[in-house]
Amino acid sequence: MATQQTRSIARFMMAPSVILLFVWMIVPLVFTLWFSFLQYNPLNPIRDGFVWFANYKLFYSNPAFLQSILNTLAIVVSVLIITVIGGILLALLLDQPIWGQGVVRILVISPFFVMPPVAALVWKNMIMHPQYGVFADIARFFGADPIDWFGQHPLTAVILIVAWQWLPFATLILLTSLQSLDTEQKEAAEMDGAGFLSRFWYLTLPHMSRAITVVILIQTIFLLSVYAEILVTTNGGPGYASTNLPFLVYQKALLEFKIGQASAGGIIAVILANIVAFFVMRAVGKNLDK
Amino acid sequence: MARAVTTRHKTIASTAAWIVALLIFFPILYTIITSFKSEQEAIQGFSLLPSGTIESYTEVEAQRGYFKFFLNSVVLSVGSTIVALIIAIPAAWSMAFSPTKRTKDILMWMLSTKMMPAVAVLFPIYLIFRDTGLLDSRIGLTVMLMLINLPIVIWMLYTYFREIPGEILEAARMDGASLWNEIIYVLTPMAVPGIASTMLLNIILAWNEAFWTIRLTTTDAAPLTAFISSFSSPQGLFWAKLSAASTLAIAPILIMGWFSQKQLVRGLTFGAVK
Repeated sequence: MATQQTRSIARFMMAPSVILLFVWMIVPLVFTLWFSFLQYNPLNPIRDGFVWFANYKLFYSNPAFLQSILNTLAIVVSVLIITVIGGILLALLLDQPIWGQGVVRILVISPFFVMPPVAALVWKNMIMHPQYGVFADIARFFGADPIDWFGQHPLTAVILIVAWQWLPFATLILLTSLQSLDTEQKEAAEMDGAGFLSRFWYLTLPHMSRAITVVILIQTIFLLSVYAEILVTTNGGPGYASTNLPFLVYQKALLEFKIGQASAGGIIAVILANIVAFFVMRAVGKNLDK
Repeated sequence: MARAVTTRHKTIASTAAWIVALLIFFPILYTIITSFKSEQEAIQGFSLLPSGTIESYTEVEAQRGYFKFFLNSVVLSVGSTIVALIIAIPAAWSMAFSPTKRTKDILMWMLSTKMMPAVAVLFPIYLIFRDTGLLDSRIGLTVMLMLINLPIVIWMLYTYFREIPGEILEAARMDGASLWNEIIYVLTPMAVPGIASTMLLNIILAWNEAFWTIRLTTTDAAPLTAFISSFSSPQGLFWAKLSAASTLAIAPILIMGWFSQKQLVRGLTFGAVK
């Protein structure tokens, strides 16, 4: 259909985007891959040299690396469980006829628009602070000892904060999907005497399955690289208790200047992200064919 | 009878929904309330009734120079969005209206660049920025934010453009409209809503980006994300000031966000859920 001329114009119009993204994707990554095979420390350049896979070996010999991977997975899995189950329940609730639905919706999605450093600092100081936080006030009200969240349960604290940020996203997507469910189908199921649970299980949940997949995949991409929330609350500590892979890479690269180790960590992060990306692409790609 | 049941059902559902919604919104609400307290009030235990002082707001500006960071946030988020749109609109247009066999692959590949974790390229980017003098510069960070969000911008525009019926373009072509006229008089008016939505969502994403904006800036180009992170080191009692700074940092984007709920779903799921 398109003539030769429009085709070459089309190519010309796409060139800037394609070239920019290609350079942006390839150049830094090649550097990182190269650095990951080096002993490279700008503060101590005497021992610099090519070390093959020594940096990668640290991932099963150095407890900090192993723990950072486990923490990364703990954050991803816990936040996914909280937000998907919470999101389904909330979406079902908000789909009911309620007074002031618009306002309720706005209140529920608001945390998503709060920038990560603000979310983390507000939770750290106003909500979870062992002396002045609201949780401490509640604990004292019931005569219990306030919990030192960031000292005793740092990873749980980070997970709670991140889950608060992403619950609105899951809710909003699942609600959108729920509202596209055919009301006639719902009514027909009701007429046939299907109870709430069986309607949910056989009709609503299958309808939402696609949206649930999308929520899981997209959140996983962002959750794999949680950073600011850790930086302003626990700074990775105590010890490495709340250090995830991105945070460890940052520490190694910009605080300790162990560039080789940091780069190996970066490559591992790429591999983790690619495993997820593979499934995201399949889910999104299916939609394109329609 | 049926009506009574419905009203009861609605009352229960409404009560539950409002309680949950207020619980979720509570940290934001409490931050806003605390921002109108004095520092002494802020640490005197739980209270939802502030004295209404605005001294925290004036001090955040006087002591920390809030406005400069706010201005940087505006320049970076709006600037990077506009540059991204200029680059993305032609690409999305050509993919939506003259698709080839490879269009789908190119789109998927563009999406895949978004999946690359930022930490993987932290040090190379840091080196490049340092050696080219872009560290802590607005230009450097604008380029960075533009690159990060470019795939989402292209995707969103593409899904909007694809909904514009091709017959209209063909009719215009039949009437002898040139490519340029086609873009200006036919396509642009139909594309404006999609472009506006894309712009809105992208400004929100750029405003809240909290990895590169913190790591690649120190003072001159630092936006609100870096400003707020500087409050993480304890310096005496600062609850009310922290609240005032936080309220100022999130208020504009919160309001924009409320207007962009629908676009948010579409943009962040790459058109997979509408």
